Amino acid sequence: MIDVLEGALRVLLVLGAFLVLPLVVGQTEHKAMAHMQSRLGPMYAGGFHGWAQLVADGVKFAQKEDIVPAAADATVFKLAPAVALIPYLVVLVAIPVGPGLVAQDLDLGLFFVVAVMGVGVLGSLMAGWASANKFSLLGGLRTAAQLMAYELPFLLAAASVAMAAGTLSLSGIVQQWQPWWLLWQLPGAVVFFVAGLAELQRPPFDMPVADSEIIFGAYTEYTGLRFALFLLAEYAGIVVLCALTTVLFLGGWHGPYAESLGWLWTLIKTMVLAFVVIWLRVSYPRLREDQLQRLSWQGLVPVALLQLALTGVVEVLIT
Amino acid sequence: MKVPGTGLVRGLAVTLRTMTRPAVTDQYPDVKPELPPRSRGVIALLEENCTVCMLCARECPDWCIYIDSHKETIPAAPGGRERQRNVLGRFAIDFSLCMYCGICIEVCPFDALFWSPEFEYAELDIRNLTHEKGRLGDWMATVPAPPALDSQGPPPKELDAALKSLEKPDRPEPADG
Repeated sequence: MIDVLEGALRVLLVLGAFLVLPLVVGQTEHKAMAHMQSRLGPMYAGGFHGWAQLVADGVKFAQKEDIVPAAADATVFKLAPAVALIPYLVVLVAIPVGPGLVAQDLDLGLFFVVAVMGVGVLGSLMAGWASANKFSLLGGLRTAAQLMAYELPFLLAAASVAMAAGTLSLSGIVQQWQPWWLLWQLPGAVVFFVAGLAELQRPPFDMPVADSEIIFGAYTEYTGLRFALFLLAEYAGIVVLCALTTVLFLGGWHGPYAESLGWLWTLIKTMVLAFVVIWLRVSYPRLREDQLQRLSWQGLVPVALLQLALTGVVEVLIT
Repeated sequence: MKVPGTGLVRGLAVTLRTMTRPAVTDQYPDVKPELPPRSRGVIALLEENCTVCMLCARECPDWCIYIDSHKETIPAAPGGRERQRNVLGRFAIDFSLCMYCGICIEVCPFDALFWSPEFEYAELDIRNLTHEKGRLGDWMATVPAPPALDSQGPPPKELDAALKSLEKPDRPEPADG
């Protein structure tokens, strides 16, 4: 009985974090981006500096008509937002927040997390294919090309940490982590973060949704709640990516008073990374499709491989 | 030597620096804008100064000023004769036509028209944009005092003339008036 209750509590906490954190990131994006562009951003919703803007947006999306194009493959079309969103929820279950503070500690945590995160991109592919719209299809194909290009450096960088820690368990990796890894794993961390950004199709890697050329890519035909789910998936993706980077490369809960305040450290590091995601979006223009591919194959993959070699060499030297 | 990636870092620096500075956004309906002097918002009419010379209506490039008037006879003062004067019947400016060139104000020889910086007179019906005499007169309250003269500039012509006439020695009266 106690086990069931505890399990339910854990799931509820994860669900709560899943619903709240993306909104926090989204609101931060609204405000930080606005101020980086000398604007104020939302100011009215909720009364104080527009804090309830995303809630208001959610209400608006819920009121909109749910349209499925006549030529669309209705089943796949309707399923796509869920496929895009749910993997991030599942990933969140396996991410350790503090010492022993994890919804479900998996021995193969890293493997699980990376595998499930790849599924999220399938949602965009499904949406692009099922919409019966040329822009959607183009967006979907670009998504596919981007997934192909960036999944590899993403995995290689993650593998480097697993090798350094000698375990695939996320909690185990954080336990093994030492501050000097920051330097040792730095190239890997950069590759992991950049590749993750590209997989989320965040600017400057938002070629699949490039609004000036293909409207909104795979999501062009979506309206109402399904569209909102895609947007939520993007922000949930940011949270998951930042949390993963924190856990793998920034030492997760390590910090002063880690025993009691570990969860806070994880949260702070995640949020700082989320801010960096927003910052990058404001600062850089969108990469062209060929630049996107070149960055991955000629930049990130070699760096990730070098990192892997470096990790191996250092690992052999210190043991 | 240029270090690769300098441009990327500089880009990040620009956005971060901008974030620390106050935004340029005006919170318009909550905070009224600070308009520059001589802002052209609406045209005000000082009815007493108008002599119905019609110059403004004739000069208006898009014919948006409507004037109706009639003559009234002023009864003769003792020892004098009857005089006639123009009385303004209607004076209206159609702000849906007005292009805010200000020619009417420039051309008015008797200072009957003024710029007011008020701009909040949008209407739901275009016909209500024709401001009649009364409404144009109400705008007078919002006309700002004329801006101070430039401290480095030449003195106004009127003042100059007055000073000169003071300096000049009194001319002898002409022999026969």
